[in-house]
Amino acid sequence: MNLDFSDDQKLLQEEAKKFLTKEDALKINRAVMDSDKTFDQGLWDKIVELGWTGIRIPEEYQGLGLSHLELCVIAEELGRQLAPVPFSSSVYLFTEALIEFGSEQQKNSILPKLVSGDVIGTLAIAETNSAPNKDNILVELKDGKLSGTKIAVPDAEVATHAVVVAKNGDSVSLCVVDLNSNDVEINVQRNIDESRGYYSVSFNDVDAEIIGDEDSGWSNLEKIMDHGAVLFSFEQIGGAQASLDMANTYAKERYAFGRPIGSFQSMKHKLADMYVALTLAKSNSFYGAWALSSNAAELPTAAATARVSATKAFQLCSQENIQTHGGNGFTWEYDCHMFYKRSKVLSLNLGSLPSWREKLIKSLEQANVKL
Amino acid sequence: MDFNDTPQEAEFRAKCRTWLEANAELKTKKTNSAKNMNVGNKSLLEAAAEWQKKKYDAGWAMIHWPKEFGGIGATPIERIIWAQEESKFNVPKGVYEIGLGMAGPVMMEYATDEQKERYLPPMAEGKEIWCQLFSEPSAGSDVAGLRSKAVQDGENWIVNGQKVWTSGAHFSDYGILVVRHDPSLEKHKGLTFFFVDMKSPGIEVKPIKQLTGGSSFNEVYFNDVVIPDSQRLGEIGDGWKVAITTLMNERLAVGDADGVDANEAFELAKKHDKDGEQLIDNNAVRESIADWYCEASGLKNTKLRTMSALSRGDTPGPEASITKIVSANKLQAIGNFGMDSSDMSGMLMDEESDFIKFQMAWMGAAGLRIAGGTDEILKNIIAERVLGLPQEARADKGLAFKDIPSGS
Repeated sequence: MNLDFSDDQKLLQEEAKKFLTKEDALKINRAVMDSDKTFDQGLWDKIVELGWTGIRIPEEYQGLGLSHLELCVIAEELGRQLAPVPFSSSVYLFTEALIEFGSEQQKNSILPKLVSGDVIGTLAIAETNSAPNKDNILVELKDGKLSGTKIAVPDAEVATHAVVVAKNGDSVSLCVVDLNSNDVEINVQRNIDESRGYYSVSFNDVDAEIIGDEDSGWSNLEKIMDHGAVLFSFEQIGGAQASLDMANTYAKERYAFGRPIGSFQSMKHKLADMYVALTLAKSNSFYGAWALSSNAAELPTAAATARVSATKAFQLCSQENIQTHGGNGFTWEYDCHMFYKRSKVLSLNLGSLPSWREKLIKSLEQANVKL
Repeated sequence: MDFNDTPQEAEFRAKCRTWLEANAELKTKKTNSAKNMNVGNKSLLEAAAEWQKKKYDAGWAMIHWPKEFGGIGATPIERIIWAQEESKFNVPKGVYEIGLGMAGPVMMEYATDEQKERYLPPMAEGKEIWCQLFSEPSAGSDVAGLRSKAVQDGENWIVNGQKVWTSGAHFSDYGILVVRHDPSLEKHKGLTFFFVDMKSPGIEVKPIKQLTGGSSFNEVYFNDVVIPDSQRLGEIGDGWKVAITTLMNERLAVGDADGVDANEAFELAKKHDKDGEQLIDNNAVRESIADWYCEASGLKNTKLRTMSALSRGDTPGPEASITKIVSANKLQAIGNFGMDSSDMSGMLMDEESDFIKFQMAWMGAAGLRIAGGTDEILKNIIAERVLGLPQEARADKGLAFKDIPSGS
């Protein structure tokens, strides 16, 4: 029985934590929020230099050839310190899509550049304010050219490439597009988290190359989403743990009515509830990590379980962290809001909590998985 | 990451399995049902005694105990493996757990060598059943506020008072007991710990009728009961220290609530319909079941993380402390859901129907949220012991016990 990370993986996590603490990622995140930037180039360059963008990329493409488990521990640390970098878009989504579905030629031309940082990728799915499904995708691929508009595309400004979900005749296909093309128009969209960038991306007869089987676009997308769900769940438990730690420290230091507020049962029970939610999420994320790294048949169920628990935990911990801080928690000056906003962005970017609960029940109906 | 036993663990599991298969029957869906909620009817007692003796003779009764008391000195992970395998078989439960789980460790730590030799082997063998006499009518969550009195009289102590919620007192031979020897001292300082022969003159046991209608617990009255000083465990005034070791054990270890879970809710929702729509097609139902599934899965995987640490020979983290809070509340919610699914007839009970397990879950969960530490106390423990938050300000601090306001 070993539902835990190895000593080497824990060491990698410790190094990641030290690096991000030394760089003061949280302070960088605040600086990004206070500026009109949506990410930090300096921190990103260092992350590329450390090789993190190539963790899962096989050595034959100049990557580190490590497993999803190494990616999970890095994700937890990035989430804990809210690093404002396009890591999730490029590594959890774009790179995973390339590794899973790219042709040899596509892998050869793109994967090494993801390692070196010359390519940054993202994934474009949403088009309207309805949850995307295989029947409401309107961005169209015709004769190798892509047209239409995607919205809420993360990191599109810094990204050089995107995997785009497109209608292709009667089916849905995934295709890779060079975002630097003249026929692509990218506009920033205001969003709730000032440290993250979301964009509308319009394609005007842009060259696009199909990735993966052209009729399996939607099921391939679901697979990428499952990968993303597990990896994002680690960012979420990292953020949830940081929120709980902040609340805990404050509850011990802040006095009211002549005693630390953490001595009041109402506060203790609040923090205990946060701990319970986080523990459930963490255990389910570990299970998701196992399913992902071993390519288990249970992956759809395990990924949805991790996603639902981690979303609930980060939302609860970040909102109750603000509550614990009282009026201070509502200020720009305190860090609480950065976690609150990140938690909501992370809970929406792959589809909302209700959507993932639905995915979970569907997976149970299909697989007849028993506890 | 993997879910496999190490070669040694696999070998041990196979050994457990071989013996269990030769001596018990595997559970089937039928034997697994939620019937027979009450402990203490004669036949269960006999069956439990027979099973305990069988295990003892083969060395399986208390495998983590040292050899001289009937164990095999098993490691924590071996103990879990044994429990996992045993739980797959249809064997009687609920008679010996308190004695072996609570009284056993206290005797092991505080009794004299002669006492250990005298009492531990029959406890493991199931010849003598032990109970735990802690809670009192005015001392539940605040168990150190207990009022039963012990007065020293030469080589003996004379005990008067009342205990409550004592599982199995009516069939127990011995009990561990904490009482107040000096009410002029502070609350925690005036307590002393004993073990007592439950057949002593002056002990009267009365069953408590629970809201389920069954009686698993008792009130125990002490009327000038004589306990020899030789049966004191720990020093005079050390009663709280002795008690807290078992209490912490109980509060954190009272495990998973048995009964209906997300899967049963899922199956039920496929069977029932409302306005021509199967319940499982209703969004609110789907979302609830998804959340219960995530909680159940989270508990299961938390347990596996704890096991992983034990398997490595490490001390597990505090993660298992969430178990009872989550599982008892989930059980209550699923019980409610089950009855709601039958709408106007959801209250009707039928012994022969599988549906009754939702009703039993709903009733039982109300008790589980209290037994072995209420939700509120368990959250305090997580806050104080895991998160390191300061204790609540207390109105009884520094006062002699007799001066503490009691509301009566």
